Amino acid sequence: MTLASTDRPLAEPIVDAATEPYWQAARQGVLNIKRCLSCKQPHWYPRPLCPFCLGETEWLPAAGTGTIYSVSVTRRAGPIPYAIAYVALDEGVTLLTNIVDCDLDALRIGQRVKVCFKPTDGGAMVPMFTPA
Amino acid sequence: MSIKEKACIAGAFEHPTRKAPDKTVAQLHAECAKGVLEDAGLSLQDVDGYFCAGDAPGLGANSMVDYLGLNIRHVDTSDTGGSAYLVHVSHAAQAIAAGKCNVALITLAGRPRSEGSSGVGPRNVTAATPDVPWEMPYGPVTVNMYALAAARHMHEYGTTAEQLAWIKVAAAAHAQHNPNAMLRDTVTVEDVLNSPMIADPLHKLDCCVVSDGGGALLVVRPEIARALKRPVVKLLGAGEAIKGQLGGRVDLSWSGAALSGPRAFEEAGVKPADIQYASIYDSFTITVLMQLEDLGFCRKGEGGRFVADGNLISGVGRLPFNTDGGGLCNNHPANRGGITKVIEAVRQLRGEAHPKVQVPNCTLALAQGTGGLLGSRHGSATLIMERE
Repeated sequence: MTLASTDRPLAEPIVDAATEPYWQAARQGVLNIKRCLSCKQPHWYPRPLCPFCLGETEWLPAAGTGTIYSVSVTRRAGPIPYAIAYVALDEGVTLLTNIVDCDLDALRIGQRVKVCFKPTDGGAMVPMFTPA
Repeated sequence: MSIKEKACIAGAFEHPTRKAPDKTVAQLHAECAKGVLEDAGLSLQDVDGYFCAGDAPGLGANSMVDYLGLNIRHVDTSDTGGSAYLVHVSHAAQAIAAGKCNVALITLAGRPRSEGSSGVGPRNVTAATPDVPWEMPYGPVTVNMYALAAARHMHEYGTTAEQLAWIKVAAAAHAQHNPNAMLRDTVTVEDVLNSPMIADPLHKLDCCVVSDGGGALLVVRPEIARALKRPVVKLLGAGEAIKGQLGGRVDLSWSGAALSGPRAFEEAGVKPADIQYASIYDSFTITVLMQLEDLGFCRKGEGGRFVADGNLISGVGRLPFNTDGGGLCNNHPANRGGITKVIEAVRQLRGEAHPKVQVPNCTLALAQGTGGLLGSRHGSATLIMERE
């Protein structure tokens, strides 16, 4: 079977002191993650203080490529089926996301994906992933 | 300090309702408090400790202690989702051992069925929740955050949908004997596989019920339990843990039970093979399978084979589980199933489970809770109990 993905309406992201630079970068087509200035470890989701050592952190542009760690096509949580997934970025962190612009029934764990950006009604850009 | 044999569960009460549109949540809490005191043979005046979690209306204990007319000297509102009530039992035992109270009342109640809640709605959505800005755009709901763990388990270990279905088959085999159960029809593996796919790979019948209701427990000093007219159920060990996304090093191959379980077994001084009955939190079939592995009832990755072929059915398999029908068939009050796990374990240890599902001479039982989301952040709590 095949089931072509359909874009869902996206709510405006929550923009605050901890998230504002991230959404600014997304508008420029950049997926940012965070890295600790002390222990140098990348982490996700981004925090002002590192979850491994509580050191100060900096933004780090990610390559935007990775592998599907797990994926579930959610068929009955609304009118539009969608694929929720964990994607393991090549930088070594795994994030919750959607896989879009794809055949939902063909998605597989281990599949290579790359970042893309989907607009909200208000013009923000939400990072998602599509088969590479 | 260990809690081993420092406290007993003297009262256990499950509210019989599964739909309560004409009652308030506070009223359901009060009816559960009344029911558990009658079960134990104690009175409101005997209670000197109170425990509740996020299902309690208003400002938690402040509202409920006043509403219930309690006069207490110890309070605890620890909230780890549906596992909170197992944490409460452990904390109550600690408080009793420390001399902070003698009779601890734990209540839970809610009306998600009357209020139209389900497993496909978003939850805990407040902008201040630190993970929300990063995850809400992607549509995480209860069921798909368990489905992600199930999909990964299938990928890593070859677990099948048929094996997961056996967990529901076992729960339904037990629920047919429970007159209060929400779903009392037995089901087959094919019934589960033919039910609608909600979020791959979880079908409708892989999901627990949404029910109104509640429950209550009384944890007391052992001398008090022995003076009552009920069988004495002692606490031997307890463990608790929170598992999250590990700073982005997400690993869905294990649950918090891998941490809370060994802590409880070590304190109790028993092994998984010693357990005669197990209440295992069953928000979804995958929740059961992963907790069984993580508690050590089988090796990691072998949960699928362990649960298949009726191995969880009382009188049939090696490990009787959720003999009330569990959350999958009986009851999941307030979308928080922890308290019903302890209640059925107490019934088994007292010899008061339904005769069709009672484990013969059941003296050692385990209750396990996983609250929150298996695929992101959850609290886990394990209790091991013994009949004296």
